[in-house]
Amino acid sequence: MFYREAGDFKSSYPGDSQTFPIRFDRMRYYAVLAVAFGIIPFVINDYWASAVIVPFLIYAIAALGLNILTGYCGQVSLGTGGFMAVGAYACYKLMTAFPEVSILIHILIAGGITAAVGVLFGLPSLRIKGFYLAVATLAAQFFLVWLFNKVPWFYNYSASGQISAPERTFLGVALTGANASAPAKYLTCAIFLFALAWLARNLTRGTIGRKWMAIRDMDIAAEIIGVNPLTTKLSAFAVSSFFIGISGALFFAVYLGAAEVGESFGINKSFLVLFMIIIGGLGSIFGSLAGAAFLVLLPVFLKNVLVGMLGWPTDLAAHLELMIVGALIVIFLIAEPHGLNQLWRVTKEKLRLWPFPH
Amino acid sequence: MPEQFYFALEVSLNGLMAGIMYALVALGFVLIFKASGIFNYAQGVLALFAALTLVGLQNGQIPFAHLINAVFGTSLHHFGWTLPAVVAIALTAVVMTGLAILIERYILKHLVNQEPIILFMATIGLAYFLEGLGDVMWGAEIKNLDVGLPQGISETIDEVTFNWFGYGFFIDRLDIVATLVAAALVISLMLFSQFTKYGRALRAVADDHQAALSVGISLRFIWVMVWSIAGIVALVAGIMWGSKSGVQFSLSLIALKALPVLMLGGFTSIPGAIVGGLIIGMGEKLFEFFIGPMIGGATENWFAYVLALIFLVFRPQGLFGERIIERV
Repeated sequence: MFYREAGDFKSSYPGDSQTFPIRFDRMRYYAVLAVAFGIIPFVINDYWASAVIVPFLIYAIAALGLNILTGYCGQVSLGTGGFMAVGAYACYKLMTAFPEVSILIHILIAGGITAAVGVLFGLPSLRIKGFYLAVATLAAQFFLVWLFNKVPWFYNYSASGQISAPERTFLGVALTGANASAPAKYLTCAIFLFALAWLARNLTRGTIGRKWMAIRDMDIAAEIIGVNPLTTKLSAFAVSSFFIGISGALFFAVYLGAAEVGESFGINKSFLVLFMIIIGGLGSIFGSLAGAAFLVLLPVFLKNVLVGMLGWPTDLAAHLELMIVGALIVIFLIAEPHGLNQLWRVTKEKLRLWPFPH
Repeated sequence: MPEQFYFALEVSLNGLMAGIMYALVALGFVLIFKASGIFNYAQGVLALFAALTLVGLQNGQIPFAHLINAVFGTSLHHFGWTLPAVVAIALTAVVMTGLAILIERYILKHLVNQEPIILFMATIGLAYFLEGLGDVMWGAEIKNLDVGLPQGISETIDEVTFNWFGYGFFIDRLDIVATLVAAALVISLMLFSQFTKYGRALRAVADDHQAALSVGISLRFIWVMVWSIAGIVALVAGIMWGSKSGVQFSLSLIALKALPVLMLGGFTSIPGAIVGGLIIGMGEKLFEFFIGPMIGGATENWFAYVLALIFLVFRPQGLFGERIIERV
């Protein structure tokens, strides 16, 4: 009854072109923000933060980034893990080289550095298309991981080859290191996710987003109507890598605390983030968040059921988990190839007609 | 420096042999990509699964023993018999064919007409599933695969080359067998696709799905067939790699090595897969030999990709791939 455009009169252009034209959607959006920033920081505990919520927020940023590149601009990338590693190592080098600068600025600069690296590896996309490009981005993945493994400068010549985040504070509250509290970690990631999602939403509905989508739908036709493929593709790579770099920096500095490149940013990470956007829905902001939530929650849920409730050995549970995740992905692709976002869209259409479906 | 030269020659020979092993995996990719346009990421896991099944059958392991034990509290592990290698290989081929039928029926049939990326993701899902299934069925520990293939350094070649050049070449016997097997496989595949009824149908499907359908070729049958062939190619690759380095999870990662081979050779060409494999195998061994020590080693992880990437910038369809023609 209440999910209607009717009666919600727009009397200005900004009002007419706002992101959520339906009042109920707007209210829901504000309600989610109120819960995320007004309630969760006060009730969050260490288990929920480290097992579910912080990884969700960080993966959501990475999924947003990959969705800009793959979902909006149509360039399939399997280099996400490598780009996250760039963000993490850039953040680490900046944290240790300039301890007096705020960590938040370091994270942003790490995103910027990743954007530059992303543009570099995005250059071949002007010649290579489709699956060939997907496999070509694997070059970025393997080369970057090798680089961070082999060049000791990147991990400050530490004996273990690991990088570990020193404690950094913001306004006297520890954000990284062992003393960082769950609410501090949560708020850092949540604010970044909120700002970046807002940015992504507004980029994709503006000129640049339309250019991306034109290139995705058919690059030759887009070029003929005056979209420059060079700047468009590279800007998609830059923005996407910026997001992924920030998520990598947060993943290392805030979530893990210590990281080893092959283990934390391997090829599996690339596939995981790709799964997130496929399951969530290509070319949608909500889909990135939903896909990230689904794939973060699923293993936790399965582990609790198989090991916690049925009492099976953990290695068996891990293998069954692989099977279930694989089967779910296939079932999902068969049942709803456009992802969770499509389910959400259908629900909204139904809601607008409810309770008179004809 | 003849010594240095001979050593480089030996390295490149070994690289060529390694390339054959990559090409074995790449072959399965090409077959499936040609016939159904599916980029089958699960090819490496198919090889792992085939090798696991082979070992399990040979040793008479009880499938799902671990799971059954966990559920019913029993302690089963082996049937208590061992099968001869030939029987086990034949049975594994049957299992792979059955798997192809299941994959067609429960996955591919439902995904006709979807975008290539969706199909690709489905094969990644399949790869996860098969990896888990293999581990649950046969256990995750590293197993030895022994089907009676010769192992170790070939002394004959060592001796002969020493008499000729004054420098003995070290070449693994298994690599020689792998080369012969790969050659036999490629020749028989070519004969099959050129001279048999089903081979012709296969080429027709690869050329144009709708035209093939309209002359009465069953797409579903061809898909089952091509996945079975890919499964058997995977079995051969699994036997070779398994005999070389044991049957373990890392076997599935050779699929990733096969990708640059494919890119170099072109996704649609069987000779391309072989030539690409040879170039990559030799290139990465030589690069590791000459440049590797200067920049810290272990360059094999990425060299193939970077080589393929640079190559593609100049020739986007690979060496033997079909020319990409775009229409607006």
